[in-house]
Amino acid sequence: MGLLNREEAEALIQEVLEVYPEKAKKDRAKHLMVNDKTLESAKKCITSNRKSVPGVMTQRGCAYAGAKGVVWGPFKDIIDISHGPIGCGQYSRGGRRNYYSGIAGVDSFCDMMFSSDFQEKDVVFGGDKKLAKLIDEVESLFPLSKALSVQSECPIGLIGDDIEAVSKKKAVEIGKTIVPVRCEGFRGVSQSLGHHISNDALRDWMLSNRDGKLEPGGPYDVAILGDYNIGGDAWASRILLEEMGLNVVAQWSGDGTVAEIENTPKVKLNLLHCYRSMNYIARHMEEKYGIPWLEYNFFGPTKIAESLREIASHFDDTIKEGAERVIAKYQPAMDAIIAKFKPRLQGKKVMLYVGGLRPRHTVGAYEDLGMEVVGAGYEFAHNDDYDRTIKEMKDATLIYDDATGYELEEFVRQIKPDLVGSGIKEKYAFHKMGVPFRQMHSWDYSGPYHGYDGFAVFARDMDMAVNNPCWTLFKAPWEKPAEATNEDTEALVA
Amino acid sequence: MANIMIRKGDRGYVFYMPKRDIEDSIVAMEFDTPEKWGGEIRLGNGGIYYIEPQEAPTRLPYSVRAKRIDGVE
Ligand code: SF4
Repeated sequence: MGLLNREEAEALIQEVLEVYPEKAKKDRAKHLMVNDKTLESAKKCITSNRKSVPGVMTQRGCAYAGAKGVVWGPFKDIIDISHGPIGCGQYSRGGRRNYYSGIAGVDSFCDMMFSSDFQEKDVVFGGDKKLAKLIDEVESLFPLSKALSVQSECPIGLIGDDIEAVSKKKAVEIGKTIVPVRCEGFRGVSQSLGHHISNDALRDWMLSNRDGKLEPGGPYDVAILGDYNIGGDAWASRILLEEMGLNVVAQWSGDGTVAEIENTPKVKLNLLHCYRSMNYIARHMEEKYGIPWLEYNFFGPTKIAESLREIASHFDDTIKEGAERVIAKYQPAMDAIIAKFKPRLQGKKVMLYVGGLRPRHTVGAYEDLGMEVVGAGYEFAHNDDYDRTIKEMKDATLIYDDATGYELEEFVRQIKPDLVGSGIKEKYAFHKMGVPFRQMHSWDYSGPYHGYDGFAVFARDMDMAVNNPCWTLFKAPWEKPAEATNEDTEALVA
Repeated sequence: MANIMIRKGDRGYVFYMPKRDIEDSIVAMEFDTPEKWGGEIRLGNGGIYYIEPQEAPTRLPYSVRAKRIDGVE
């Protein structure tokens, strides 16, 4: 099927909604829309950040996942204690590939899992003593950690443990910051509240630790916020900023450290990549320290160049020249990549369903390759994200919020995109439907995708997925008419 | 009553409510002079909030308590 026009897209939404019972239908209808670029605000057309309908398969996670997995996990010298039963920590360990430089278990702890392994007796009698003991144990085994955090899982909130008191007491004893994070999974409707709670915890317990003691920062100091260094993303971004003459003081949180967090208040500008998960701390620093912040986008050469220029516009001419120099330096390499992959990808249609940022951020990169985003949606975006999305997407693009498993499958079945970009939970369902797929959360064990270096990997990966010969082998040879078989084999050999 | 944050955008004031993650432009503010600032504020999405009139803050962004009078939450 070709591109949908507005009526067809609306009809498709109606058709998909048809199977729901009356009440669920009414609710889900509010979360699906067809893009209309003329809209100023998304509010009237799409509802977001609401509780999922019980009984449908939502793809969301919990607040603990947003806190421990997303925001806190990537800081390399902080030990995050998953406080509660063992499963939450164990099943969320290391899947996100937040790269770091350091030695695991000595000074870096990203891919290790620390848990208080709650048992029945801890739920009955409370786990505060266990937590205190655990902190002592962690401190004696891993003395080089720079701070600890206590990430509460559901039972902690339910039984009313006082993790704040334990944290305060122990922090004095061991002489390190210990941050209690009240991110019990039942809070909020998705992992998004976990981001917010984490930002608030960082603000209240860590950010201001060196207030009044900080040396004044240099004129070109910046911090990268909301880059989790998935497959090395933050590194691929950082080198560009440094090449144009900026001094990157801190990375939040991929490959970041406690010292970096505490030094952030002296920067001149906060650069915000993932708006959804870190805008809170950026807003706070703007109010408290007067640091302006700027959303940027390092996916694909067009957006990178735009972003570099916008970042540079906040500084003097040296940086502005630096930005032009960087853009000029990488342009030939980018042209070569586009020349190589665009003919293979031109006109291919993509549907995206990712967390809270990438559906709108990666559009530019796909367009650089001649591909078209025909459907996009978020698991846990809020209204301000949709306001930003409407501007990025083409008219009549299908937009879905907190899509259910059924909706996604049905949309894909009808629109027949050439590529679906989503997460691990969706991946195999679509593979079985015979649709090429890339995981857009963890870059499918590849990456980086940010920056110029990342675009090279991105283009190759998309080509690899879309043009993989395996998609022609879906029909068993004996089920095909004879000529077709010959043709297909020839196509494969060629 | 809820905490809101008011900051300066490219086109006038921007309203932000952390608790609900509502970000919107402020299209009208009842009082906007150094001595008297606040009152009824109207948002781009049609919402109306009320800030106790006060002296204008010396620096933005500025966090303040506001009351929702009307409009979508
Ligand atoms: S919802 Fe609760 S129990 Fe489930 S993973 Fe999250 S914190 Fe753990």
